Amino acid sequence: MFSRAYKTVVTAPPLAWVTVFLLVPYLLLFCYSFWSVSPAETIVHSWNLDNYHELLQKPLYWQTLLRSMWIAARVMLFSLLLGYPLAYFLSFYAGKRKDLLYQMVIIPLWVSYLVRAYAWKTILGSDGVLNTLLQYVHVTRHPLDFLLYSPFAVVLTLTHIYTPFTILPIYAALEHIPRNLVEASHDLGATPAQTFWKVIFPLSIPGVVAGATFAFVLSLGDFLAPLLLGGPSGIMISNIVVSLFGAAYNWPLGAAISLGMLMIVVSLLFLSERLEKKWSFS
Amino acid sequence: MELFVSGAPTNVPRSHWLLIHAAAVFAFLYLPIVILILYSFNGQGVGGFPPHHLTFDWYRILFADDLIWDSVLNSLQVAFAAMAISLAFGIPAALALDRAQFPGKALFRRLVLLPLILPGIITGLSLLMLFNLTGTKLSLMTIILGHGTALISVATTEVFAGLQKLDRAQEEASLDLGANYWQTFWRVTMPNLKLPIIGAALLIFTLSMDEIAVSFFLIGRDNTLPLEIWGRLRRGITPEINAVSTIIFMFSLITIVVWYRLRVRAEGSAEVGIELIEPTS
Amino acid sequence: MTAPTLLSIRGVAKTFGRNAVLRDISLEIAEGEFLTILGESGSGKTTLLRIIAGFETATSGELWMGNDRLDHQPPYRRRVNTVFQHYALFPHLTVEQNVGYGLRVAKRPESEIAERVAEALDKVKMTSHAKKKPSKISGGQQQRVALARALVNRPRLLLLDEPLSALDANLRRQMQVELKSLQREVGIAFVFVTHDQEEAMVMSDRIALLRSGELEQVAAPREIYGRPATAYVAQFIGHTNLLKGEVRGGVVSCGPLVWQTSLPDGPILFSLRPEHVRLAAGTTAAASAIRIRGQVLHQAFHGATELIRVQCSDGLIFVARIPGGSGVQSEVDLEFSAADAIPVRESPERA
Repeated sequence: MFSRAYKTVVTAPPLAWVTVFLLVPYLLLFCYSFWSVSPAETIVHSWNLDNYHELLQKPLYWQTLLRSMWIAARVMLFSLLLGYPLAYFLSFYAGKRKDLLYQMVIIPLWVSYLVRAYAWKTILGSDGVLNTLLQYVHVTRHPLDFLLYSPFAVVLTLTHIYTPFTILPIYAALEHIPRNLVEASHDLGATPAQTFWKVIFPLSIPGVVAGATFAFVLSLGDFLAPLLLGGPSGIMISNIVVSLFGAAYNWPLGAAISLGMLMIVVSLLFLSERLEKKWSFS
Repeated sequence: MELFVSGAPTNVPRSHWLLIHAAAVFAFLYLPIVILILYSFNGQGVGGFPPHHLTFDWYRILFADDLIWDSVLNSLQVAFAAMAISLAFGIPAALALDRAQFPGKALFRRLVLLPLILPGIITGLSLLMLFNLTGTKLSLMTIILGHGTALISVATTEVFAGLQKLDRAQEEASLDLGANYWQTFWRVTMPNLKLPIIGAALLIFTLSMDEIAVSFFLIGRDNTLPLEIWGRLRRGITPEINAVSTIIFMFSLITIVVWYRLRVRAEGSAEVGIELIEPTS
Repeated sequence: MTAPTLLSIRGVAKTFGRNAVLRDISLEIAEGEFLTILGESGSGKTTLLRIIAGFETATSGELWMGNDRLDHQPPYRRRVNTVFQHYALFPHLTVEQNVGYGLRVAKRPESEIAERVAEALDKVKMTSHAKKKPSKISGGQQQRVALARALVNRPRLLLLDEPLSALDANLRRQMQVELKSLQREVGIAFVFVTHDQEEAMVMSDRIALLRSGELEQVAAPREIYGRPATAYVAQFIGHTNLLKGEVRGGVVSCGPLVWQTSLPDGPILFSLRPEHVRLAAGTTAAASAIRIRGQVLHQAFHGATELIRVQCSDGLIFVARIPGGSGVQSEVDLEFSAADAIPVRESPERA
C-alpha cells in the first residue's frame, strides 16, 4: 500500500541518525578497546590486545565484575519477590482501586533516580533518619554502620528503584491471562494456590523474564548508587570505568571493560528474548 | 467480552497476606520520598529523628540560589531540544518499523530500542568517544544529542503502539478518495497519533529533565539540574537538596499523572511495559 | 419425574447492584437428565449456570445436592464440571495435559490418569491430537477437548455454557447429535445453556425457559411446544398465532371468530400453531372447524412447507403453514379446529 518513496522518506532519516549516533559509537567502543594510552596521556591508535590481557590477568577486574553481578542478582531477586505479589494483587484482587493503584506504581518509576538515591542516603547515614529513629525508640544504642557505604545500601537503593520496573511487565502479563482459565481451573478442582502455580504463574513467565532482565541489566551497569552509597566495599564495575575515563585516564581500557559489559548485556537480552518466546502461548 | 474481566477470582476467599504485602511494598516505595519531603521542612537539617522546627528556610535559600536556576534553565533547553530530536526521528522510525521492509530492519529495531534497557554509562561513553574522535567540544549541545538519541526509543515505542491500534482501512480510504501519501499522513495518520505523541513528548521531557547517567559523560561547562545537584552531593548533603528534590518530585508527579490520563484516553488502559514482553515484530 | 433428584435449586435469586438478574428460581434437576436452560440474552441463564458452578454466589436461596448444601462451597469442591463457552483450554498445556488436569490436581496415580485420559480422548475422538497444544487445533476440536476435560473427572453434573455457539451451522448440527448420544452413553445429568430454541428442542429431555430472571415454563419439548403455558413460551418456541378474546356464557369471541367452549367466563388468550391452520377445503366448514377469509400478504417458501401471512377482518393477521408448492390465490379461506387453540397466560413485562 505504501509507495517506495514513502517508505524511503520514513526510513532514511532515523536510519541515518541511529547509524551515526548509535552504531558508529558502539563500533568506536570496539576500536578504542584495542588501542592504548601513551605516557603523555594521549590516545595512541595502535592496535593491540593489551587491554584484554590486563582485564584477564588482574584480579581486580574479575572480582569487581563478579561482585557487581552478585549485587545485580540480589536486586533482581528482591525486586521479583517484592514486585510479583504486588502485580498479582493488582491484577486479580484490586477491583475498583486498580486504576489508582496502578498509577501509584508508575509514579515512583519516573521520579528522578537521583531524588530516590539521595533519599536513601539521608535515611541510612549514621545521623540519618533510620539510625536516629532506632536509637530514639531504644532498639539500638549506637548507629548501625553497615546501613550506609556498603553493598547493602547499594542493593537496597537499587531494589527500591527497580522494583516498579519489574512490576510493570509482570502486571501486563497477568492482565493478559483470560479470567475464564482461572475459573476453569477452579471448576476442575484446583484450589486458588494450585491454580496459581499450575496456570497463572506459567502464563506470566514472559513478564517475569522481562522484569528480571531489566532489573539485572540496569543494576549491573549502575555507577551512581555505588558512588553515593557504596563506599569502598560497594564499588561496582562501572565505577572502575568511570574512573578510567576520569582521573585514572585510560580510555582504551575503559572502552574494553564497557565493550565487555555491552557483550554481557546483549547476550542476556538475547537469552531473555528466547526464554520469553518459549514461554509465550497466545 | 467477559473473558478479560479483571477482579478477584470469583468466590475465592480474600487473601489477607497479599493485601499486607502490597501495602508493605507501597510503603517501601513511598516512605523514603515522604521522609525526604518532610525533612525539607526540618529546621534541624537532613537527618535526626524526630523532625522538629518546621520551616520554609531551605526553600528560601533554594530560590535565591543562582546556580540552581542556571542549571534549571539549561535542563529546560536540553529537554525541549531533546524532545524535538526524539520526536523528529522517533516518529518516522515507528512508521518505518510498522510499514517498511528493508535489509537490516531487525538490527535497526534492536538498535533503536537498545538505549531503553542499556545502562546509561554505555550509551554515554560510546557517544563520548564519537565526540572525542570528531573533535567536538563537550557542551549542552552534546548533552542534547545524547538525550535525543537515547530517548528516540521512547518516542518510537509509544508511536508504534499507537500505529498498531490504527485502523489501516482509514488510510486506504483516504488514498482511495484521492489524497496522496503526504496529505493522508497529515489528515488521517497524524490526528490518530496525537495522543501517543503528546504522551511520548511528556515522557521524554520528564526523562530528560531527570537524566544523569548519559549526561555525566557528555557535560561541558554548563550543568543540567541533576548534575548540579550531583556536584553538591559529592560535597555534602544539605536540606536545600531536599527542597529541590521535593519540587522535582512534585513536577514529576503531575507530569506522570497527566501522561497516564492521556494514555488511558488513547488506549483504554495505560499498559506500560507491554512492549517489553512482546518483541515488537 | 421418575429419576431421583440430583440438584435442588431452591428460591435462588441474584442481584447485581440494583439489577435483579434472577428472581426466585426453584428447579429440580434429575439424575441422568438432559436439561436445557433456554432464554434470550439478559434472561439470566448464564448467571444461573455460574451459580450452580460456583463462580457466582446467589443473593438468596439454596443449592442442594443430595444432603450437601452446595452454595456455600467454592467451585473446586463441587462435584460439578463446566464446559465453557470459549472452551478455556490452558494454552501452555497439551491436549492430554489439559484433559488430565483435574485428575492431577486431585493427585490420582499417574497410571490411572493415563488410562482415564486415553479413554476420555477416545470418547470425543481426539486421540490422535493428544500431544498438540490448543493453538494448533480447530474450534470444533477444542470444544471436544473441553468436553473430555470436564467428563474425565466423572462429575455428578455437567454444565455446558453455550458450547456450540461459536461453531458454524453444519458443525453445530453434528455436535448436537454427538453431544446427545454422549450424554446417553455416560449417563451423567447435563445442564445445557442456549438461546437457540431449535437446539433446545432437539437435545433436551426437559427445557427450562427463562425470561427476565424467572422461569416461564419447565417441561419436555413436546409438552412445551404443544401446551405452552404463556404467550411468551408460545412465541419463543416455534411460531404461533396469538388470539385475544372474551368468553361469555360458553362462547368464545375473538373478533369475528366465534366458537363453543367449556372455559370459564373472562378475557382469554389463545395460542394457535401455524401448522394447525389449513387451507379450507369444500364450501362449508365441518362442525368443529372455524373458518375465516382473508387476503394473502406474504408467502415464504421453506422447502417442505410454506408460511403464509393472511390479513383478515378486524385487523387479525393469521400465519398458516401449508404444504410446499401449494398454489394460493390472493384471497383464501383458512380453517382450524377449536381444540388446537390452546389457552395461554399473559406474559406481562417484568421490571
